[in-house]
Amino acid sequence: MGTEGIEKKAMDANERLGDVCILAIESSCDETAAAVVRNGREVLSNIIFSQIDLHKVYGGVVPEIASRKHIEKINQVIREALEVAGKTWDDLDAIAVTYGPGLVGALLVGVAEAKAISYARKLPLVGVHHIEGHISANYIENKDLEPPFICLVVSGGHTHLVRVKDYGEYEILGRTRDDAAGEAYDKVARAIGLGYPGGPKIDCLSKEGNPDAIAFPKAKVAGAPYDFSFSGLKSAVLNYLNGCRMKGEPISEADVAASFQKAVVDVLVEHAMLAVKESGLDKFALAGGVASNSALRAAAESACQERGIRFYRPSPIFCTDNAAMIGAAGYYEYRKGVRHGLDLNAVPNLRLGER
Amino acid sequence: MKILAIDSSGLVASVAVAEDDTLLAEYTVNYKKTHSQTLLPMMDEVTRMIDLDLQSLDAIAVAGGPGSFTGLRIGSATAKGLGLALDLPLVSVPTVDALAWNLYGFSGNICPMMDARRSQVYTGIYSFEAGEFVTKRPQEPMAVADILQAVNDLGQDVIFLGDGVPVYREMILKQVAVPYQFAPAHLNRQRAASVAVLAMQYYKEGKIQTADEHKPEYMRLSQAERERAAQKKEEGQKV
Repeated sequence: MGTEGIEKKAMDANERLGDVCILAIESSCDETAAAVVRNGREVLSNIIFSQIDLHKVYGGVVPEIASRKHIEKINQVIREALEVAGKTWDDLDAIAVTYGPGLVGALLVGVAEAKAISYARKLPLVGVHHIEGHISANYIENKDLEPPFICLVVSGGHTHLVRVKDYGEYEILGRTRDDAAGEAYDKVARAIGLGYPGGPKIDCLSKEGNPDAIAFPKAKVAGAPYDFSFSGLKSAVLNYLNGCRMKGEPISEADVAASFQKAVVDVLVEHAMLAVKESGLDKFALAGGVASNSALRAAAESACQERGIRFYRPSPIFCTDNAAMIGAAGYYEYRKGVRHGLDLNAVPNLRLGER
Repeated sequence: MKILAIDSSGLVASVAVAEDDTLLAEYTVNYKKTHSQTLLPMMDEVTRMIDLDLQSLDAIAVAGGPGSFTGLRIGSATAKGLGLALDLPLVSVPTVDALAWNLYGFSGNICPMMDARRSQVYTGIYSFEAGEFVTKRPQEPMAVADILQAVNDLGQDVIFLGDGVPVYREMILKQVAVPYQFAPAHLNRQRAASVAVLAMQYYKEGKIQTADEHKPEYMRLSQAERERAAQKKEEGQKV
């Protein structure tokens, strides 16, 4: 029993390569999610309980409320994932779980649950980095995609430009120096009265506005061509709104939304395309919640087309926080022999590629 | 009947396995490491030591609250995971009741105090009368001065225990007017053995939960909810 049993199971699974079934759990922010994924790319189930309505009245995610909801929902979500996949515990080869980065109280629910299951069913445990999960979401629907490629990860909490060197091997080329892109969306949305979450709302309103109506600045970080800065842009929007109000000029929220979005998207795509060019690679992928943004998808796709680069992005259901992506990333970690012990802890500031 | 019990409601992490009238194993650690790092390895160690077949368990018991929010969730998520994976029911034992159960048989009043911050303790008053566990004051968060007043009002001997005792020792020394004592080290903190024993009773009385429905009993709203409620109340008064 104990680790001997776990090791034996791992060996058995590796012997019959190409048939690894993983139950994945994700609870790093405000989605409680579980999925069953076969061989890293075949999603047998993908169950997500979103808490977004619970946090709307607070204008953002409240960590304690998120953690409380996770514990209420986690068993149902896991049970449903197994049922939809038509799998029992005996069909599984491993448990994968997000252990960082994220909200510590939220992460701990998934980690404790996953460890208990791993212990009770003697299943190997694989801790997964949340952002590596987002990147790996691209493998699910793009069976041909293999590293190396350049990936832009954009979400409410992260803005990273990453060179995916191999499965599970990442080099961070650039990151935001201040706000994440999604954070800037939320703040601007609040300023023009759209509420939370800002990303989808600005994206929607932008379609009615003129993206060239207002020239907002595109921030560059001196000496770091791949890094981002969005706090200056956010301030420029707030200043513009204040200026209009003081002068009694009418504000077109749609124009502000469209112009702000253009400034964000332009800088994201410019930096990404520079990274692709410098790397000499011919594949580019989007990932993260903001990868659902229609303007970002369109701009990235056309920039790739112009340059003859293959463009990949996950469907929106795999862009939002989900466990299928954790199962995809977990599979490649599992194949590499990564196993975590029952002392696995949540690491809220876990760094990409520095494990 | 065999029960595996967990208490991670406070600073102590504790795991126990009990079968009917026998405590098969108990592992209690009172150290600053996070429960996330200690609880499962402790459980693993305990089950190896007694060659426990997890399939032979009848239920998983957990100190269900109140306590540290994060500590409670680690215990509850662990219990829920075990219940889900082993298809077992859960028994959620009130944390303060389980603490009182450490002092089974004590003739006077038992007053556990868990530090709840904000000048409060999670507390209650209990006694054993002819072997029966009597709840004189059910567990709740209370101002320290208020629970000490309640102890005085009962006018009987009292014994204090719990991690709130060292924090509010000076207040106890000053305010308590009845004969009192402090529980010794082997009895004065959470013990999963007490959770297990109390859980047996609960189980027999049919007080069980499914692993899916179990959630901790925090006995307090989150800070954001408290502030929002206060704000609403204030706005309501203005109108």
